[in-house]
Amino acid sequence: METLFAEKEEIIWYLACRAEDVPVDGGACVLINGHQIAIYNFARRGEWYATDNECPHRQQMALSRGMIGSQGDEPKVACPFHKKTFSLQTGQCLNDDGYQIMTFPVKVTNGMVYIGVE
Amino acid sequence: MNTNKMRHVVVVGNGMVGYKFCEKLVAKQKNGVQFTLTVFGEEPRVAYDRVHLSAYFDGKTAEDLTMAPESWYAENGIQLYLTDPVVDIDRKRKEVRSHHGMVVPYDYLILATGSGAFVPPVAGVEKDGVFVYRTIEDLDLIQSYARRARKGAVMGGGLLGLEAAKALLDLGLETAHVIEFAPRLMPRQIDDAGSGILQRQLEALGLNIHLSKSTQEITGEDTIKGIQFADGSTLDVDMLIISAGIRPRDELAKATGLDTHPRGGIVVDNFLQTADPAVFAIGECAVVHHMIYGLVAPGYEMAEVVASRLMGEEKEFKPFDMSTKLKLIGTDVASFGDPFIAEPSCRTIAYENKAKGVYKRINISADGKTLLGGILVGDADQYNMLLQTCKNKTILPPDPEDLILGSRGGEEAGAGVMGLPDDALICSCEAITKAMLCHEIGENGHTTIDSLKKATKACTGCGGCTPLVKDLIQGVQKQQGHYVRNVLCEHIDYTRQELLDLVKMNSLKTFDDVLDTFGKGDGCEVCKPAVASILASLWNENILEKGRATIQDSNDRFLANIQKGGTYSVVPRIPGGEITPDKLIVIGQVAKKYGLYTKITGGQRIDLFGAHVGDLPLIWEELINAGFESGHAYGKSLRTVKSCVGSTWCRFGVQDSVSFAIEVEDRYKGVRSPHKIKSGVSGCIRECAEAQSKDFGIIATEKGWNLYVGGNGGSKPQHAQLLASDVDKETCIRYIDRFLMFYIKTADPLTRTATWMNKMEGGMTYLKAVVVDDVLGIADDLEREMQLLVDTFKCEWKEVVDNPELRKRFAHFVNVPEQKDPTVEFESLREMKRAKEWK
Ligand code: SRM
Ligand SMILES: Cc1cc2nc3c(=O)[nH]c(=O)nc-3n(C[C@H](O)[C@H](O)[C@H](O)COP(=O)(O)OP(=O)(O)OC[C@H]3O[C@@H](n4cnc5c(N)ncnc54)[C@H](O)[C@@H]3O)c2cc1C
Ligand code: SF4
Ligand code: FES
Repeated sequence: METLFAEKEEIIWYLACRAEDVPVDGGACVLINGHQIAIYNFARRGEWYATDNECPHRQQMALSRGMIGSQGDEPKVACPFHKKTFSLQTGQCLNDDGYQIMTFPVKVTNGMVYIGVE
Repeated sequence: MNTNKMRHVVVVGNGMVGYKFCEKLVAKQKNGVQFTLTVFGEEPRVAYDRVHLSAYFDGKTAEDLTMAPESWYAENGIQLYLTDPVVDIDRKRKEVRSHHGMVVPYDYLILATGSGAFVPPVAGVEKDGVFVYRTIEDLDLIQSYARRARKGAVMGGGLLGLEAAKALLDLGLETAHVIEFAPRLMPRQIDDAGSGILQRQLEALGLNIHLSKSTQEITGEDTIKGIQFADGSTLDVDMLIISAGIRPRDELAKATGLDTHPRGGIVVDNFLQTADPAVFAIGECAVVHHMIYGLVAPGYEMAEVVASRLMGEEKEFKPFDMSTKLKLIGTDVASFGDPFIAEPSCRTIAYENKAKGVYKRINISADGKTLLGGILVGDADQYNMLLQTCKNKTILPPDPEDLILGSRGGEEAGAGVMGLPDDALICSCEAITKAMLCHEIGENGHTTIDSLKKATKACTGCGGCTPLVKDLIQGVQKQQGHYVRNVLCEHIDYTRQELLDLVKMNSLKTFDDVLDTFGKGDGCEVCKPAVASILASLWNENILEKGRATIQDSNDRFLANIQKGGTYSVVPRIPGGEITPDKLIVIGQVAKKYGLYTKITGGQRIDLFGAHVGDLPLIWEELINAGFESGHAYGKSLRTVKSCVGSTWCRFGVQDSVSFAIEVEDRYKGVRSPHKIKSGVSGCIRECAEAQSKDFGIIATEKGWNLYVGGNGGSKPQHAQLLASDVDKETCIRYIDRFLMFYIKTADPLTRTATWMNKMEGGMTYLKAVVVDDVLGIADDLEREMQLLVDTFKCEWKEVVDNPELRKRFAHFVNVPEQKDPTVEFESLREMKRAKEWK
């Protein structure tokens, strides 16, 4: 229990943007500490997600411009360049085992979006 | 269990075959490990796919080509040493010693040292600018040298040499030569007639072919300047790739006293064993059946044989089929069975079409019953079937020429892939039979290529079997009584045509409405753009409003094509290719101001590349103020209507093709469709606008206009077919309205008109009946629906420029909208710029 708690405490929440800056059922990119993070407003599921903006396939800063959707129950985003898709929950690439992106916790309070970075 | 101590296997060489051996041995001993493995590789990286090496020049990375990541070796307990060749084998002590001084004992030693490029002893081969084509490092060297070179040559007109020559062209050299010692190209695979056809195709693409040329010397000081031939002639070149064959890496075996072949290679028996029972050789370094098998599939089979034997299974390496099929610079070349056997030992049927660049030859047994071999150049669609017919000794139909000509009238020759025997080898790289695949498809429900790849590894080697495997999937499903419907995806269980009708009848206007009513889940990158296209084709409302922006493909969402590096291109509409000097000046000014690369496109207009997403609205504002509109270069919609100058200037023109092209382009601009549509209008039969290669093309006649439909460029070019002749403009437009709307309503997603028509039952006859004779009684509806789209056209970019809410979406960072993406980088290129190459 204790370790879990300690881990939680280490998350720092950054103010990312206003909720309305992220299109409904789409993504947008924010710059946090020099790091490009893609935020997704998955309104259809009533959920928010955040991942790296960079697609590891060809190092393109593009995932925030991708289409989101689901595969079975898994929420995912498709890179606009060559349509590699990534789980928004785990960051695992769903159509090519070799790739993985980072995911971040998101919270939305009073119309503001915050990203948690460990 | 085994009480003996674990035995140790050392593999020398981490190439394709060495890796495959490890993979097979690991798989075979999944339960009950009996061997530990150590692998030595001389190259600095883990085994990669050498067969697709040239893809490295098309943007594949070393990582993409990797057979299995380094972590795979560790996970399977394999000790891997890279950049560390074995330099000595002590067969008495059963030890190997590496360059870095590692000494490792073995119980079994597997030599998988492959080959190196054979460099003939010609004076001057050591000069700068002379390369071989075998490893990723070779390609890196070639690529960086090619930046400074203009003229290149390849020594060797075999399979690899031609591939290397293509690479030279792709690398941007102005001229590329191929020098072959023999009197024909690909002497091992094809005959003189086939070589002749291939040569014409290659020459048409810009390669210079020199046959029967013997190279005497490579001239130049330290750096290559040219080539001197034995016949006295010379050739000026800046670089040369030598591709004159392979030389098996047998030096290690020789040094340790193993038997090697006078022309190179480690001699082994049918079990791949050398005279020393603890030492095996596999792959391109092994001489089996008195030959080197220079292909990967037999190498894999050798790996299988040795891995099996170590596990105590009986297995022998049998003479292996050396049939090959490849695509050389867009030309199919294939040979199978015995391609060269000639009369009187057989009956040969040959077909040659110089105009089309096609040559086909089949050799049939003297009794006419079986196929012995053959050659295909220019069109190898029948390769897989012929190969199977040959290998399985299938009894031939009474008119065997149907095999290469296709049967004229009546059913197709042969019963297709489903008619093959169960043990027919479909994927020869991985030794997978028809029965194995049918089992996975039918019993285990692997009905997509992706899942079959995972389940069986079929199609993962050279990929040549993919078309056959696709046919098998369809065939098995049909056999099981499944009606194969082209439904959109897991979320929407309707075909595009069904969905379009449903959306229309229910007046649905947003994606959520469509999904809630007719789908399930959250949608995906397949159904979203398909629904977006349907909504636009039906209602023609702005594609970025009412939550529709995020269901568009990225290009539509930003009304621009995304480029390498993440910038966008800007393509203003230039109807019919006609443009005023003032507008040209504006394009120049805008390009200069925003630092854009400009190029005349293949569609008679101007593309401006390298725009940051945040600059797009500013750029378009200036263009729109100067009277431009969106060119929809990003949309699945009308692209260009190409025109030739026609009767206004041309001495042959019989009608004003430019005016008609502009009229047509203005009418259909912005109309969203299942795929992009292109058109052209020519002023006379000389056809300078290439209208017959377009989705719909118009050619002027003395009496009016001929309308052609269903043409296509792209990877599978196809001529358009005549739909109506000598019609007046009004009739022509009416037919186009009907044709396009019928296409929009019934085609599958991302299907061009040509493919749609090819799949249509009844083909052109049926289409004519619908469009011209109106047998379905829908012509009025089609015209009305098209008129609605024409009447509701608005320039999307103008709407964005005028709408602050929509403009806001064009920023890279929503929290710092004024900042551009700092990772975007350019390189300079001929006074302009280009996107930085991706890694
Ligand atoms: C710019 C241009 C090349 C050039 O520098 O000339 C071009 C560039 C692209 N073409 Fe093309 N095509 C261009 C003329 C053509 C032509 C020639 C023509 O239109 O006369 C063809 C063959 C004719 C045809 O389509 O039938 C052509 C056949 C393709 C195809 C293959 C289509 C097919 O049916 O097989 C694709 C791939 C696709 O659409 O899926 C493609 C796709 C592309 C894309 C969109 C690839 C992509 O997704 O990024 C390129 C993006 C350009 C950009 O970012 O703006 N492009 N492309 C030409 C733009 C013409 C224009 O003014 O709009
Ligand atoms: C450009 C190109 C295109 C090709 N196209 C095709 C094709 O379309 N179809 C086809 O079937 N085949 C094709 N081939 C041939 C195919 O790549 C080879 O048949 C295959 O790679 C042979 O595998 P191998 O493991 O025997 O040898 P390799 O892949 O050459 O691997 C041998 C490895 O052993 C290493 N080695 C050598 N000596 C030592 C040592 N003493 N210690 C440690 N390591 C050592 C080498 O550095 C090398 O990495 C092509 C080859 C090339 C170069
Ligand atoms: S412009 Fe067309 S042909 Fe050229 S690289 Fe892009 S898609 Fe290929
Ligand atoms: S860059 Fe994302 S899929 Fe290629």
